[in-house]
Amino acid sequence: MTRDPMTPDERPFALVHDVGGRLGLAAVDAAAEAAGLQPGLPLADGRALVPNLATAELRPAEDARALARLAAWCGRYTPWSAVDPATGGLGGGLGAGILLDVTGCAGLFGGEAALLGDLVTRLGRLGFTVRAALADTIGAAWAAARFATDAGAPWRVVPPEGARAALAPLPPAALRLPPAAAELLERLGLRRIGALAGLPPETLEPRFGPELACRLRQAWGEAPEVLSPLVPVPPLLARRVLAEPIVTVEALACGLDALAAELCRRLEAVQRGARRLELTVYRVDGSLRRLALGTSRPSRDPDHLERLFAGRLERIDPGFGIEVMTLAAPLSERLTALQLVLGPAGTGRGRRSGDDLAGLVDRLEARLGPGRVLRQDPFESHLPERAARRVPALAPGVPAPWRRGRPRPLRLFERAEAVEAVALLPDHPPARFRWRRVRHRVVRAEGPERIVPEWWLDDPDRAGAPARDYFRVEDEVGRRYWLYRAGGRWFLHGLFG
Amino acid sequence: MVTLGDEKPAKPGLDALRARIGRLEHGQRTPRVLPLGAPALDARLPGGGLALGALHEVEGVRAEWDDGVAAGFCLALVAPLAAALDGPLLWIARRPDLYGGGLAALGLDPARFVFVRADGDRDVLWAMEEGLRCAALGAVVGEVGELAPTAGRRLQLAAEASGVTAFLLRRRFAPARLAEPPGVASTRWRVAPLPSGPAPLEDLPGRPRWRVELRRCRGAAPGDFLVEWDDASGGIALAAALRDGPLAAQPAAGGGARMAG
Repeated sequence: MTRDPMTPDERPFALVHDVGGRLGLAAVDAAAEAAGLQPGLPLADGRALVPNLATAELRPAEDARALARLAAWCGRYTPWSAVDPATGGLGGGLGAGILLDVTGCAGLFGGEAALLGDLVTRLGRLGFTVRAALADTIGAAWAAARFATDAGAPWRVVPPEGARAALAPLPPAALRLPPAAAELLERLGLRRIGALAGLPPETLEPRFGPELACRLRQAWGEAPEVLSPLVPVPPLLARRVLAEPIVTVEALACGLDALAAELCRRLEAVQRGARRLELTVYRVDGSLRRLALGTSRPSRDPDHLERLFAGRLERIDPGFGIEVMTLAAPLSERLTALQLVLGPAGTGRGRRSGDDLAGLVDRLEARLGPGRVLRQDPFESHLPERAARRVPALAPGVPAPWRRGRPRPLRLFERAEAVEAVALLPDHPPARFRWRRVRHRVVRAEGPERIVPEWWLDDPDRAGAPARDYFRVEDEVGRRYWLYRAGGRWFLHGLFG
Repeated sequence: MVTLGDEKPAKPGLDALRARIGRLEHGQRTPRVLPLGAPALDARLPGGGLALGALHEVEGVRAEWDDGVAAGFCLALVAPLAAALDGPLLWIARRPDLYGGGLAALGLDPARFVFVRADGDRDVLWAMEEGLRCAALGAVVGEVGELAPTAGRRLQLAAEASGVTAFLLRRRFAPARLAEPPGVASTRWRVAPLPSGPAPLEDLPGRPRWRVELRRCRGAAPGDFLVEWDDASGGIALAAALRDGPLAAQPAAGGGARMAG
């Protein structure tokens, strides 16, 4: 697969890279190939053959990223898509590859040939030169795509059980062999895979190494080969192919409506509830956008799931249009029908979900962000800022009772603010202090309450922190503050009611 | 200015009219109320308590960062609700500095509170409205700087629809830019600090006291109250049991009647 460079003129084009200190051709386009250029040729020789050769530097990392993006785009056909590991980058002249497992998917696109035709046409529109083949095995499809297609028929469907026959006339290079092994076979006159098939299998391995025998069996479907997909496949996924590309939020919401209903049916079939949701939209320009969010409790209530996305669909940039949408539940938990009846209010259907707290927490976190809805649990610590631990609002567990009897402020600042204060005697409360440029005269005070840093906790930040002497003070108008002195300096840490 | 004493003598015609207007306003439903526990205040509020399923607004005299007093009085309004109703209390703010230890020290159960951090006034108001749709909640409190009249009206309507009571705690981090529009809340309170009540030792702070101005109240006249936080009874309540003497030195903010009950 190659992408035409964006050259306005029709000059032959090649990618160059550094080979042992001098530049060589890494890939050439059709025009350059017609002029006799081949990958591997030194650039100087190439320029001698084609004086007006246009070149660009090969950037393998970017190519790999582009290929990965393209593989993700192929998720519109099947969730099992991956970059071909045998041909990383540009694939050494054989073309970079993407593997799709379309088992059971062809029906959605009107058959296998239609699926391939659609794939080739769409990628062609995006500027790629594509060859595609569909077969029983990865090996057979790989070979057929590269050696059994041409510009006139860029895709080919190998019929079921037809891998052997289809491969027989192809050269051994189609077996994904290292160049040296392919060359050796050529030299021995084994120019067709069919010729290899005639040899006794036990003689192949000693002569040509384990690779050849393995590749042959893989191509014929005698040895297993699995695809490691680009994204871990969420088993719970709903897909919707849109008849027309959509751009409006209303249309998106409508699509989501159908997806949520279908996903919930699938969840119900396996008695599970979604904990995380991923909405993926595939845009006509070949890119995709993904929106992920979590639920606080397993849920398979379509209304609930839909409401989570409310207000966020606007953030999806539809580009020139969206043609495929998927909604997946990458994380789910067991949720039986009995739990729905007995469980915490409104985790499932049948109740007005607006009434339940879990639904509310989800809606709030969906818009404001994760970790925004919290509860405070008491924590055994002398430091006031540590004594309240923030946990998710619906986290399980019964919190321990809070310690009472000591003055604690209603508002506690995250960071105590330095104040200028004057105390009449070393251990006395301040007589005056100035906080944020406002002067306060202390009329009444309570303290000190000495709080010692927890040196036994392994926290380097606090290792050398001085002890704090806290005072609750009241100024002349009746405002009450929580001040402390540490190491001779004064800080304001909180406000009382 | 009408005082409580003037109002008390039987005016059956006026009460009947008030009830009828109330029914018209609330569509046959008589609004539920909850007594605050301070007789002078409850007597002033229509129905004898704080209206449930309505919006109440609390602001401090200095509506900036230094708002412990306003937050304290807001909690004093929330506390009787928390005691009377089940369900969590949703507290939505831009700065998550309300402290569980402080709530516990006042006799409130911090486990009842669900804290939501929002990024700005708009998100706070949105979260409040979302919370007000959830009838499982005990109350919804939002800390808001600026408030557009439509936003206030939306909250009031949402509160009426679900029956959940909403509190707006005005908290500005910068001086107000706009003139304050007339509020739509059922009640609107302004809280100022007062020197605290007597303590066992002279130099110690005692029970918190506030001067509370009821600036607006649907169906009742505004008034000015001196209240004390009563934490001796194990919870918090509004106690208006203050002698007039020591407080006479404090100038009243408005021309409101001073209550003693």
